[in-house]
Amino acid sequence: MSASETTLLEARNLTRRFGGYAAVSDMNLTVRRGTIHALIGPNGAGKTTMFNLITGVLPPTEGQILIDGADITGSRPDRIARLGVVRTFQGVRLFPTMTALENVEVGRFCRTRGGFLAALARIPGRATGTEAATSRRAKELLERVGLKDRGQMLASELALADQRRLEIARALAADPKLLLLDEPVAGMNPVEVHEAGELFRSLCREGTTILITEHHMSLVMAISDLITVMNYGRKIAEGTPDQVRRDPEVLTAYLGAEAAA
Amino acid sequence: MFDPYTESVLIFTGINIVLALGLYLPVSAGLLSLGQGGFMAIGAYTAAYLTTEMQWPFIVALLCGGAMAGLVGFVVGLPSLRIKGVYLVIMTMGFGEIVRVFFLNFEPTGAASGLGGIATHTTLPVVAMAVALTLLLCFQIRGSRIGRAIEAVREDELAAEVIGINLTYVKVAVFGLGAAIAGIGGGLYAHYATFIDPAQFGFQRSAEIFIMVVLGGMGNFVGAAIGAVVVTVLPELLRLGHAQEWRMTVFGALLVAIMIVRPWGLLGVRR
Amino acid sequence: MVLIQQIVNGVMLGASYSLIAIGYTLVFGVLHLVHLAHGEVFMIGAFIGLQVVLLTGGGVTAAIAAAAVSAAVVGVLVYLAAIKPIRARKGHFLAPMISTIGAGVVLQELATRFFGGEQVGFPVQMDSQIWHLGGVTLTSVQLVILAVSLGLMLALHLFVTLTRVGMAMRATAESMVISNTLGIRSERIIILTFAIASALAGVAGVLVGMSFNSISPYMGVDMGIKGLAAMLLGGLGNVYGAMLGGLVIGIVEVISVAYLASSYRDAFAFFVIIAVLLFRPRGIFGSTDHVEA
Repeated sequence: MSASETTLLEARNLTRRFGGYAAVSDMNLTVRRGTIHALIGPNGAGKTTMFNLITGVLPPTEGQILIDGADITGSRPDRIARLGVVRTFQGVRLFPTMTALENVEVGRFCRTRGGFLAALARIPGRATGTEAATSRRAKELLERVGLKDRGQMLASELALADQRRLEIARALAADPKLLLLDEPVAGMNPVEVHEAGELFRSLCREGTTILITEHHMSLVMAISDLITVMNYGRKIAEGTPDQVRRDPEVLTAYLGAEAAA
Repeated sequence: MFDPYTESVLIFTGINIVLALGLYLPVSAGLLSLGQGGFMAIGAYTAAYLTTEMQWPFIVALLCGGAMAGLVGFVVGLPSLRIKGVYLVIMTMGFGEIVRVFFLNFEPTGAASGLGGIATHTTLPVVAMAVALTLLLCFQIRGSRIGRAIEAVREDELAAEVIGINLTYVKVAVFGLGAAIAGIGGGLYAHYATFIDPAQFGFQRSAEIFIMVVLGGMGNFVGAAIGAVVVTVLPELLRLGHAQEWRMTVFGALLVAIMIVRPWGLLGVRR
Repeated sequence: MVLIQQIVNGVMLGASYSLIAIGYTLVFGVLHLVHLAHGEVFMIGAFIGLQVVLLTGGGVTAAIAAAAVSAAVVGVLVYLAAIKPIRARKGHFLAPMISTIGAGVVLQELATRFFGGEQVGFPVQMDSQIWHLGGVTLTSVQLVILAVSLGLMLALHLFVTLTRVGMAMRATAESMVISNTLGIRSERIIILTFAIASALAGVAGVLVGMSFNSISPYMGVDMGIKGLAAMLLGGLGNVYGAMLGGLVIGIVEVISVAYLASSYRDAFAFFVIIAVLLFRPRGIFGSTDHVEA
């Protein structure tokens, strides 16, 4: 396959300034289809800003973002979601007074159709074909992430690890090509982290490309195909887990100059 | 079937249910509007003008009133994309007052003297029908794809956006629809009261409708309907001497009390 | 009429708006709350002032003093009964504001009960004199209004900049948490803020009564919204912005009456609100903060 066919996400010379401060500076990032790509760096390196830029939450000050070759720079988040790029949030952002099932069902919004007229036209109390399909798919996804019996619980009532899983299920409901995971295992115990890693791997095998940012190094090293390291808004290293592990710049960034020596 | 007094109470209750549900829709998306009186006025005046001056059939005039109010609602709803929370409340207050001042000066509908001689087309069956249809509308929306999207927008706009929900569509639609329903409520009101003037649709009206929805709990359309029933019927039940005059005072105090004790109203935020 | 005259008239009108707007913005500054019963406090001040004038035959000074004190009392009561109990709990973030709507309704209804629902005349016991200053005509009533409003604004400015209590108010507005750690009793400051804000509104009530020669229980809603517009224009939390915002709205309102349709003058403030919210939500002079929205 040519390079352009394998490239799903491309960020070119991406810069985002807040007043005089550059959160992201001249970032180039290429995410290949069918891979798990990690974006790591110390706190404040600009990882979440990158996520915000890619998903349209923030417009870039300079640079371009392309999904499957299409320029989406400056597009609104809902349009980008419809193009197949969906994210989770560092501090989970669920819909607290809706049930887990409803959270996932609403995740399917951009893949279904039917507005007010459709709502009025159905037989009262009976789900339409689309609604029933949405409900089925939502239940499947809940089971997939390990929340099978918690569909009727309110999102706010779930434990944190379950909330993270729910957010992933909701993101998956949109049938994303590219799934952006923002620190998805923060606050999880080792067993949960391992399960999450297995889930991400299996999702990737089934065709979902994943861009993940995490501080949990063993997870990152274990599941990533490619790692990009950021610091102070710039890329300081990129490569396979082995390459990055030994890169002196990376060690300096995380551990200080003496460790690299 | 009913004695005139009971029938009157029932009709007003029905009209208030329609008005409350009209406010419930934008509230269910997180848009608090204190300007429903304005939309009610637009619907009332439009419908009344069409039946009295142009001799149009009642139902057609009623729907036109709703459509007119809805159209204005779409326009007013557009700024709601950028104006949020308290700012939106203030803006809708301002809008309500603009409408009132407009009709105060609009000669074709009588300006400050109001519009009278409106035929009493609003009967109990008509109101009952309107209530049933509006309740059905809310019920249908609730369990549907669009209903979930509306809830999502209320809960967390950013999260709703990143999963592909178009905020513009949801907010403007819900605002316009709520306005249209308020307009229909206004048309029903006009054809029962037989005389309307701008003072009847001012801030006090908007506040009253607001109180109905808050009273019943802002998370549930049934709650809004119940709130409307309470606000309309309770004063009638307390018809001891001058209790009627203290109606709004009591409701104002009730609003304060609810905010202190149970901000989500009688029915709570869910089901 | 000459433009200068218009502007002067506008300043007279606007000065009252400013006094009300200052109240809104002071409360917003300390509590991040839009106090929707403030217009009713203004109205109550006007009526109490009227009662004093009618009962004692006293002059303007008595009316103003009575209005200021009674409005301050009412304002503080509103805080204690409708706002303070809510802030202590978690709930809908707009709950305090909704509560002030309820309080406003109660105040308006009570005023209608006690004072009747009609407009009433506001007699002014003052020697009426006319002054001509270089092409501009002023009545003594207008001069009094101007003097009182500007005087109060100046006094407020000096108070918050020079006195310890005033500085404590500013500190509390900046950050209640930090000022608490510095030993400032925020509860007292809040009450003082409500008292001052309400007193100013009460005085404005008397001034408006004097300039229009009539007051009504419904003037609270009308003036309230104009005060809100002035506050928004000047930037939420910005006291000097509120002062200027009121004057601007007064001037533009008078000019629009003179050169455009006079019957729509009331709507003008509402257009200002919408325009500000759409194009410059922080106000012309910048806001101290955003309401949690």
